[in-house]
Amino acid sequence: MMPTVDLTPTAGLAPSPLRELNAALHRLAPDTNETQWRLLNPRGQHAIAVGIDAPIVVEVEGHVGYYCAGMNKQATIIVNGNAGQGVAENMMSGHVHVKGDASQAAGATGCGGLLVIDGNASARCGISMKGIDIVVKGSVGHLSAFMAQAGNLVVLGDAGEALGDSIYEAHLYVRGSVTSLGADCIEKPLEEPHRAEVQRLLAAAGVDGSVDIATFRRYGSARQLYHFHIDNAGSY
Amino acid sequence: MCGIVGLFLKDTSLEPQLGALLSGMLGTMADRGPDSAGFAVYGAETPGSLKLTLRLTGDVDADDLVARLSEAAGVPLAHVVRDTHVVLTVPEERAAAVRAELGRVPTVSIVSSGQRMEIFKEVGRPDRVAERFGLSRMAGTHAIGHTRMATESAVTTDGAHPFTTGADQCLVHNGSLSNHNAVRRELVRRGLSFRTENDTEVAAGFITWKMQEGFSLDQAMSASLDALDGFYTFVVGTESGFSVLRDPIACKPAVMAETDRWVAFGTEYRALVDLPGIDAAKVWEPEPAKVYVWERP
Repeated sequence: MMPTVDLTPTAGLAPSPLRELNAALHRLAPDTNETQWRLLNPRGQHAIAVGIDAPIVVEVEGHVGYYCAGMNKQATIIVNGNAGQGVAENMMSGHVHVKGDASQAAGATGCGGLLVIDGNASARCGISMKGIDIVVKGSVGHLSAFMAQAGNLVVLGDAGEALGDSIYEAHLYVRGSVTSLGADCIEKPLEEPHRAEVQRLLAAAGVDGSVDIATFRRYGSARQLYHFHIDNAGSY
Repeated sequence: MCGIVGLFLKDTSLEPQLGALLSGMLGTMADRGPDSAGFAVYGAETPGSLKLTLRLTGDVDADDLVARLSEAAGVPLAHVVRDTHVVLTVPEERAAAVRAELGRVPTVSIVSSGQRMEIFKEVGRPDRVAERFGLSRMAGTHAIGHTRMATESAVTTDGAHPFTTGADQCLVHNGSLSNHNAVRRELVRRGLSFRTENDTEVAAGFITWKMQEGFSLDQAMSASLDALDGFYTFVVGTESGFSVLRDPIACKPAVMAETDRWVAFGTEYRALVDLPGIDAAKVWEPEPAKVYVWERP
C-alpha cells in the first residue's frame, strides 16, 4: 500500500494532519504492508516523520522544518527539498536522504544509520554524533562534529571553522579545505582501512566511482583532551 | 525566541500586495513571538514632505491632535488614522513647528519619521496587531516585520520592534546583545538619543550613527560585526535598501529566498511558503558574519 498524506495545516481546532501522520507512523507494525508513504505540502513544518520504528520508505515532497526524521529507526526517509535544523537528530538506524541543503545540527547526537545530504549542511553538522554515518556532498559549516564520539562524517566539499572541536573517536573525512581545526582535532594519515571506509560510505550514499578517494584528508582526535592528563590538572 | 520577516520587491507590479504578503508571513511567525509585533512599510512618498508616524496613548483624540498640529504648522496636515497610530504628512519646512508642538503633548510619541517609512507596533498577538493596523491593505516597495518574545526588557509597545533611530531607517533583531549598555553610552556621547533600555535600539542607533558618518548600509552593517557583541540576526531597512546580518556563530535561525520578483527573509522557512513562486525560488540559509544587501535601483 502507498498512503499519500497532504500535510497542509487545517484551520481552527481540527486535528493537525502532521500530528495524525506521526501517530499513524508510530502505530505501524514491523511487518506492515504500508511500506511506501508520500507526504505532500510539508510547508516547512517541524517534526515531520519523527520517531518511526518500521522498515518503511517515506518520501517528502518539499522543504521541511526542524527535526525531520528525528529518532528514526529502520525507515528510509527522503526529503525532496531542504531540511531545517536537526534533521535526523538522534537517528538510531535507517537512512535519511536530503536532496537539498540542511540547516544547523544535521544528524546531531545520531547513534546509527546513514544521513546523506546532497547539498550543503550549515553549522554544527554531526554535533555530538555517537555512531551515525553522515555523507555531505556539499560543504559543512563551523563547529561540525563538535564533541563527536563515534561514527563517520564524510564531506565532499569544505568544512568551516573549528572542525571536530573536542572530538572523541569519530572519523572525519574532508575532500576540500578546512578553515580551521577545533581543540584536540588533528589531521591523520589516510591509510588503507580509511580508504575502504570512505569507499563504503560513498557507495552507500550513491556517489559514483568518479570521486578519487585519495583526495580526502582524514581528521580525528589527538586524544589529549578527553583523557585525564596530570599536566592539565589545573584546567579541570 | 522572536520571529523576523522581511520582503523586498523587485517587481513593481507586486507593490500593491506588499502588505498582504507581509501580513501572512507575520501571522505564521506569531508562535515564535506572541507578546507583541511591529512592522515597517516603505510606501509612497510626497515630495517635499516628511511622514511622521505617531502613537497615541491615553485618551487623545486623533482629530483633535491633527487639528492642533495643523494649527501649529499653519497648514492643514494630511493624515491617515490607523488604530492607535496616525500617519501625518508634514511639509518639510513645517516639520520643526510640528515637532515642537508634539513635545507639548506627552501622551503622543513619534514612532517613526522619514520620506517613505511608516512603523506600526503594539502589544498583542501578531496577527491581531497586523489586522488592527490594516497591514494587508498597505502597499510599498519593502517591509520588515517582527514578532517578539521579550527577554531583555519589558513587554511594552516601546519594547516592540522595529526600532528606528534615523529617518527612513529601521532595524529588527532576533537575539540578545551583551554589550549594549557600553555602546549606548558611547553613542549618547556622540549625540544620539535613546528612548528605551532595550538592546536592539542600540543596534539601530549604531547603524544610524555609522550612516551619518558616511558609511554605506553595507559598511555600517560590517562595522556592527566588530562593535556589537551577543546573539543576533538583524534585518535592516533604509529608504532604498534591505540588509541581513547574522552573528559569527549563527546563533539565531534564518532562511532567505529569492526570485526574479522578490527577496524574502524569514526566521523559519514556514514564513515564506505562501510567497508567489516560492516553489521555484532559490532558498538558502544566510551565512554567519556575512552582510547581505539589496538596494533599489
